[in-house]
Amino acid sequence: MRVMVLVHATEDSEQGNYAGRVGEFEAMGKYNEELVKAGVMLAGEGIEPSSGGKRLDFAADGSGSRVIDGPFAEAKEIIGGFWIWQVSSMEEAVEWLRRAPFRGQTVELRRILEPADFEGLLPPEVMENEARLRAQTAATDTEG
Amino acid sequence: MSSGQPSVQPTVEAVWRIETARLIAALARVTGDVGLAEDLAQDALVAALEQWPSDGVPDNPGAWLTAVARRRYVDGVRRAVTLERKVEELGHQAQPEAVNPMDEIEFDAHVTDDVLRLIFTACHPVLPRDGRVALTLKLVGGLSTEQVARAFLVPVPTMAARITRAKKALTAAKVPFEVPVGAELTPRFASVLEVVYLIFNEGYAATSGESWYRAELCDEAMRLGRMLSALAPDEPEAHGLVALMEIQASRIPARTGPGGEPVTLLEQDRGRWNRLLITHGLAALALAGRSLAGASAGPYVLQAELAACHARAFAAADTDWARIVTLYEILGRLTPSPVIELNRAVAVSMADGAGAALAIVDALADDPALRGYHLLPAVRADLLARLGRPAQARAEFERAAALTGNDSERAHLLRRAAAT
Repeated sequence: MRVMVLVHATEDSEQGNYAGRVGEFEAMGKYNEELVKAGVMLAGEGIEPSSGGKRLDFAADGSGSRVIDGPFAEAKEIIGGFWIWQVSSMEEAVEWLRRAPFRGQTVELRRILEPADFEGLLPPEVMENEARLRAQTAATDTEG
Repeated sequence: MSSGQPSVQPTVEAVWRIETARLIAALARVTGDVGLAEDLAQDALVAALEQWPSDGVPDNPGAWLTAVARRRYVDGVRRAVTLERKVEELGHQAQPEAVNPMDEIEFDAHVTDDVLRLIFTACHPVLPRDGRVALTLKLVGGLSTEQVARAFLVPVPTMAARITRAKKALTAAKVPFEVPVGAELTPRFASVLEVVYLIFNEGYAATSGESWYRAELCDEAMRLGRMLSALAPDEPEAHGLVALMEIQASRIPARTGPGGEPVTLLEQDRGRWNRLLITHGLAALALAGRSLAGASAGPYVLQAELAACHARAFAAADTDWARIVTLYEILGRLTPSPVIELNRAVAVSMADGAGAALAIVDALADDPALRGYHLLPAVRADLLARLGRPAQARAEFERAAALTGNDSERAHLLRRAAAT
């Protein structure tokens, strides 16, 4: 199974305040190396402060959307980075995460849904259409 | 300490999966015996299962397991030393102060090298193939004997005996705990790659439904492959194997239809392919290319390149068949096989038409290795149908149907025969 590890932003990370945190970065580098050597890591990225971000609010009546520029208010509600791991159970993900060199931060684990999770929930033609769209959007990232 | 959980059993299992390889590897370096190392690690696991439910899971469970296993080892050595001393004292001999066995133990350094040594030892050619596979899953993957048995559809006592036999064989052959060097490295590395790919294929064959545990073998093999490529980053074939497995696994969600029937590569709904695995696999292939540094590619890199040709085409019609033909030619020269030749024929039929392909297939007709292989008449039938020779095509479809052992495949071939 795959899990997404959602690292919430902190006041510091929102300020882009990385000075004096070299030690933390080194510890995180080591931790990432462990994940890679264990064959667990599929992806992992940091995300810039929300001051450079955008939010789109979609109207409930489907009439369109509104763009809101960052920064956004509550650091706790902002994502500052993520990983995608391949693990055998949620417990294994918890054990891996417990080894991460975080302090004063919240990190969330969520299982990634597989196509099988949707089976029977949506009519086949919707599934098919969605699958086709995914194939088209993905065609651009397969050259890497 | 974190406590108050309903059951620590899943946590112990999770810790075990994360820590086994490093724990056994470190113990094996100290003891020089993989079998003994595994026994000590198992003792530590049993202690965890006894103590963690009441004491809570320690903050650093890996260190806890290591400390327990180390204590068991030291106790064993001390008992042996004491016994020796008593024997000698009986002979009225003076004793020098015994060396503290703890001095010999340094667990944290060389962890990476140790895990690589462990992989090479578990995949040693002195063991039969099934022994290598079982030992690798148990010692490196951290699966329990029950899990390995379930994955390979054998009774637990059979698998336990197989693992015991393999451990004894390593001890009996005095297999050193090391990464081979010089001329020995290439064949030994090939054995490691083979074991990982065997595990993958065991799971891949099972992904058309039946058993979750067997399908999990694909994930386990990919994890082992990624470990291997991270531990031996200069080996292009390790990256090639990771790329091959990941790109193949990306198709698992599309390989079967709603009724469980197999769906061929060209008919698969590519929107169901797992894009993350494809992206990761293509990145691994790029690493393989970089570590090759201009040298010629080995069989895993070539097969990964073939898989990548399909992964890059977002519709079957976009497939670069000319490149696939070239890759099969190179692969066929490197590892000559009539099955590769048959695959090349299919690619040629897509690139240059059915006529050119039929000549290749006809040249394979008398190959003894393909006798009774249903795909030979199946491919021939398809080519004949495309060339407008329905009577011959029908006969070949029926011949293929008679040869296959798979019911749904037989039904499919007979349907094609009837429709031709």
